Amino acid sequence: MTQRPALLPLLTRLPPPPLARPALGLALTAFLRRIAQRNPSILSRLGPYAGARFLLDVRDGPFLLLMQPEARRLSAHSRRTPEPAHDAAIRGGLAAFLAMLHGAEDGDALFFSGELQIGGDTSAVLALRNALDDAELDLTEELAALSGQFGGWLRRGSALAARKSGLILSRQEVLP
Amino acid sequence: MMELVCPAGTPAALRAAVDAGAHTVYCGFADETNARNFPGLNFSREEMAQGIAYAHARGAKVLIAINTFPRAGDQALWHRAVSDAAGLDADAVILADPGLIAHAAQTHPHLRLHLSVQAAAANPDAINFHARTFGIRRVVLPRVLSVEEITAINREIDIETEVFVFGGLCVMAEGRCSLSSYATGLSPNMNGVCSPASHVAYADTGGNHEARLGEFLIHRTPKGMPVPYPTLCKGCFTSPGDGSSQTGHIFEDPVSLDATRLIPALQKAGVTALKIEGRQRSRAYVAQVVRAFRAAVEAADQGAPMPEGLLARLTEGQAATTGAYAKTWR
Repeated sequence: MTQRPALLPLLTRLPPPPLARPALGLALTAFLRRIAQRNPSILSRLGPYAGARFLLDVRDGPFLLLMQPEARRLSAHSRRTPEPAHDAAIRGGLAAFLAMLHGAEDGDALFFSGELQIGGDTSAVLALRNALDDAELDLTEELAALSGQFGGWLRRGSALAARKSGLILSRQEVLP
Repeated sequence: MMELVCPAGTPAALRAAVDAGAHTVYCGFADETNARNFPGLNFSREEMAQGIAYAHARGAKVLIAINTFPRAGDQALWHRAVSDAAGLDADAVILADPGLIAHAAQTHPHLRLHLSVQAAAANPDAINFHARTFGIRRVVLPRVLSVEEITAINREIDIETEVFVFGGLCVMAEGRCSLSSYATGLSPNMNGVCSPASHVAYADTGGNHEARLGEFLIHRTPKGMPVPYPTLCKGCFTSPGDGSSQTGHIFEDPVSLDATRLIPALQKAGVTALKIEGRQRSRAYVAQVVRAFRAAVEAADQGAPMPEGLLARLTEGQAATTGAYAKTWR
């Protein structure tokens, strides 16, 4: 299996501050709404699976994430309690998630190699994978656009973080 | 130079293929008319029009696969797909069903017709019949032929040949395979889906990871090890032996085709176009594979050695074969 960068183990072991999860949930939902608004084709490609509940288990992250595309809701859940109810799940390291989302790695290849695992409704997972792949998202750009006048700082910080961590933090372009 | 025919399951993948050097892209409408009818995949009419415009503006062609077999009494969906492909200025349609091919030839005489691999035309008689009767201009050869057999076929036909060089392999009965139907009631031939995701389930059991297709357990591997997508043809089965059972891949190993090293031989055999499988794969896959094969066909054109082993990570089972092209078995 390819060695990939991961978040510091300390991040996953530290108990989150009391209001961290609700605050994070609000921020994540606002972020998801912005992405859905700017990329309406994601929901249309999801078709009947837009109403599914997707559990994103980023194993080196501090929380579990539950995404509900139709409701435009993205919430954070503690790892110390039972998993929230979901229809489909994708599990793996942050580096694999980011590489797939930004078009640096093929989702099937990550799956074949065991870096990503899926569970629950396989059709829903496929639909999500295909919809996000077609959307050509760039999380750095989305965050920068949300950050107003601080967008430039955020882009430079993201580029630096990508160089230091090895994580793919922005969309990978195909050069002719 | 040999023509490189590349897959696209989404508009983003189409753009990635064109930008990475594809001469031609093949894709399908988002319905049962094409053999990759997976959730979240394929093109609306508007997306197809935009994709064709993008490709044409950069000198690339777009072929539309309408290569499933229409259900009796339900042909309108397939007829509309052919009519829309012609109206959208597609460079050709890829068809398999003789009735649909006859319809396309009669109603759109200027539309270029390619014979899909799903038609399983694997000999000069079958190919010449389609060429004479319907005006087929190119045949996509089934993955059952050796390079020598392709050479012999090309001597006896007057139309172009296209062969697969990379991607998933079938059990050599394309357009005739009923394994998926047996397990799920749905097939690539009639519904555009082999081993549909709606019938696939993954589960952790004890220390293992299991993959099921319908009622069948197809793979069981220790946790942390790769689990292939559960298709019957590449499943791991246990069969009773003399006193002890045997477990293995009875039909086919989960490996993918990589015929890179055979490109010069295929060129010599008279093959016009090289096809990459994988409309169900991501834009990252398309970009990497197309870029590698564009370099390979350019190298072949200049008589340079073929690059090898660049794409192993992208293949199912992370292992590759030259399949029937260099077969040592009968």
